[in-house]
Amino acid sequence: MASESALEPFTEQYEALTGAGTLPGDALPWLKRLREEGIQRFGELGIPTPKVEVWKYTNLRALERTAFQPAAGGTATPSLDTVPSLIGEQAGHRIVFVNGRLHADLSRLDRLPDGARLTSFAKALDEDPGLLSDHVGRIAEGHDDQAMYHLNSALMQDGLVLHVRGGVKVEEPIEVVSVAAADGEPLSWHPRHLIVLDPDSEATLVENHVSLGGGATFANAVTEITVGAGARLHHYKLQDEATTAFHIHTLHGRVGENAFYDGFGLTVGGKLTRNDLHLRLEGSFSDARLNGAYLQRGKQHCDNTTLIEHCVPDTTCREVYKGALEGKGRAVFQGKLHVHPDAQRTDGHQLSQALLLSEEAEIDAKPELEIYADDVKCSHGSTAGELEKTALFYLRSRGIPYPVARRIMVESFLGGVVEEITTESLRTAFMERITNWLSQASD
Amino acid sequence: MAGASAETVEQVQEVTSQKYKYGFVTDIDMERPPKGLNEDIIRFISMKKNEPEWMLEWRLKAYRHWLTMTHPSWQKVKVPEIDFQDAYYYAAPKSDEDRPKSLDEVDPKLLETYEKLGIPLKEQEALAGVAVDAVFDSVSVATTYKKKLEEKGIIFCSISEAVQNHPELVREYLGSVVPYSDNFFATLNSAVFTDGSFVYVPKGVRCPMELSTYFRINAENTGQFERTLIIAEEGSYVSYLEGCTAPQRDENQLHAAVVELVALDDAEIKYSTVQNWYPGDEEGVGGIYNFVTKRGACRGDNSKISWTQVETGSAITWKYPSCILQGDNSVGEFYSIAITNNYQQADTGTKMIHLGKNTRSRIISKGISAGHADQTYRGLVRVSPKAENARNFTQCDSLLIGETCGAHTVPYIESRNRSAKVEHEATTSKISEDQLFYCRQRGLSEEDAVALVVNGFCREVLQQLPMEFAVEAQKLVGISLEGSVG
Repeated sequence: MASESALEPFTEQYEALTGAGTLPGDALPWLKRLREEGIQRFGELGIPTPKVEVWKYTNLRALERTAFQPAAGGTATPSLDTVPSLIGEQAGHRIVFVNGRLHADLSRLDRLPDGARLTSFAKALDEDPGLLSDHVGRIAEGHDDQAMYHLNSALMQDGLVLHVRGGVKVEEPIEVVSVAAADGEPLSWHPRHLIVLDPDSEATLVENHVSLGGGATFANAVTEITVGAGARLHHYKLQDEATTAFHIHTLHGRVGENAFYDGFGLTVGGKLTRNDLHLRLEGSFSDARLNGAYLQRGKQHCDNTTLIEHCVPDTTCREVYKGALEGKGRAVFQGKLHVHPDAQRTDGHQLSQALLLSEEAEIDAKPELEIYADDVKCSHGSTAGELEKTALFYLRSRGIPYPVARRIMVESFLGGVVEEITTESLRTAFMERITNWLSQASD
Repeated sequence: MAGASAETVEQVQEVTSQKYKYGFVTDIDMERPPKGLNEDIIRFISMKKNEPEWMLEWRLKAYRHWLTMTHPSWQKVKVPEIDFQDAYYYAAPKSDEDRPKSLDEVDPKLLETYEKLGIPLKEQEALAGVAVDAVFDSVSVATTYKKKLEEKGIIFCSISEAVQNHPELVREYLGSVVPYSDNFFATLNSAVFTDGSFVYVPKGVRCPMELSTYFRINAENTGQFERTLIIAEEGSYVSYLEGCTAPQRDENQLHAAVVELVALDDAEIKYSTVQNWYPGDEEGVGGIYNFVTKRGACRGDNSKISWTQVETGSAITWKYPSCILQGDNSVGEFYSIAITNNYQQADTGTKMIHLGKNTRSRIISKGISAGHADQTYRGLVRVSPKAENARNFTQCDSLLIGETCGAHTVPYIESRNRSAKVEHEATTSKISEDQLFYCRQRGLSEEDAVALVVNGFCREVLQQLPMEFAVEAQKLVGISLEGSVG
């Protein structure tokens, strides 16, 4: 496994932080245990290498070679003037994290309805430790082989906590802005998010990941989600960090009876982005939508690795990932549908489509079906190729110049996924980001 | 879950309880060195086969490399730990020193075995165009039709004979597609392979008949390490059939074969396999471990390699017949039916490596899983940056019969050329109630309806098999197709 030297910076960090007693929740035995297990398992597993099957196409060597320092708390509040909001400056609710830590002065939380609580992990440890001990580390249980998850468990300090009580609907979207700010030395942090939707509640959460300053950053996030019976969670994400950012996100979600998880992620930024998304459909008639789009150029690398588990009968999922690659852009899609032995009448469909817009772009797709029940309908499809020549010719024959024709075609290609976003204003915001990316000069 | 499924389950049980038909052991004295694997055993094998020095060196190089390797663990199949020291690596019929010159000289017991297997060696010439190079354990016993092939300049013999008589060809091509260091089992094979077939088709020759080898594992505790090498020169064509049955026994047997195909400019090789080794009993005891490395190189422009396989046997199958599409405009094809039942496990698929321009590949895989079996399709399609206009189409469908089996699809798609078009689609389902209902309301019995649907499910692949094989293949598809085909 990974060499000692690669692990050292992180184990040293852990020792320093525990020694100083600065990790939040130090007095909570369950959290202490979680951290200890985390650092131990991380030590055993090491930083994943392509020899680990689920990391076959994503190499973390560049990350290992960068000497990341833990991001310190209490940094000055940066200006977000340059960061466009996905929900608009006035509408909705907003919570802002800088280098993984809550900045309440930038947040807007006063309009949340009763029964909905949006706070930070560090605060929740003081105010509602019961909620955390019930869920943190529990939702993700059973995934002992995820090194980056364990590293997060050991070093997590802050993050988002959203708790919506039964029957409560949060009408307006909640924007979570995660700012990666580094000017000089490379900085790393390990945010831990928890989203708990009690039965029959509903919320829309949109993550906006951006960078300020030109330094290298490494965010190793973990999100744990539980969607109670009959609840609906719309969970969208824009990864728009600078090309100096390493971004690893591990998500574990459990979806209850009649519940709906609606996920979408657009990756345009980052030097290296890895989304490790895992959903368990644990209640009958639960439904999951797990969609994504990516646009990468230069030497960007984007990896979407997903696992959807159908644990009980009568569950459905739809998964569509589409993307376009320019320059030496590289994308990885590894999607697995896992149907457990009793999960009869599972209906699952998965699609991965990639457009290669340049000679040096690369797509690696590994769509997987793992099925142990017989009465199921499961399928997947995967395609890779360039823009349809005849369609391109048609547009050009109408006098549309090549760059515009190309933009129109990629837009309509990705539009199919974006369209599935439930909130119209967010649909528009994501589409704008796509158009914006496509208008930038290609390399 | 209506009656249809119950019916299907019944059918599965019926087949489950069918005794393996070819379960008999011929009692012939074996001349064999002691159990175990070391350099001395390899020297013994090489000496027994009267091999030249370079061959022995190659074997030893492979063996030394093998010692540095570890058993692969990435595959889905669960392989019990294999004690490689607890097996014999060489077994030959006693009459080895005095090889039979004709069928009359062959040990009558051997002939009897073939009778039981239904290979009428004596009637071979009367049979429609099938030459049989019968492999009994490790030494080729008889090769028919040699004469007719010789007239065309085609060499069809055992690999040991080839080493003696055509060393220049063997030396040039052996290990050129599957190098000795390729993978754990291929490397083991390189060190200890005992026999297999060798085919050489000269420039511009179209082989007038289907070439066929029946492999048979007979001696208990003898691992079989077959090595097959087929070379098709410019503009030639050959169709090769491989089929096998094995006697019933309780101890698992290891089989690690290597097949290498080389197609030069405009050449075409068609390689068909029907694999029906002992799959173990209803409880999953016994059965063959089948770890095979099969790879074809389309070296020349416009060459074509086509793999067709019907996999019904073995306790564990681990096999990925592959094509390296080197020449421009070369074509690779893979057609597969895999049927697993009881506690059988299969992890099989293909690799299509697109290197040349305008290369095309097509993958059609049909998996049927029943009982407690677990089946995985694992395929790689790789398009290298220089493979302009490469084209791949992949379709893999799985059919599940019963609630306790598993079917998995794991395609790897790596595209590094934008002009390449790669498409993959896969479905997993049980037999549709609608289809059954339609058949039934036309007056078909439920059993016939199931058979009809499964037959249709496999049809695309069965059609690819040469006539001589199609009949046997359809029999082997057995459970699902019985009564509905023919």
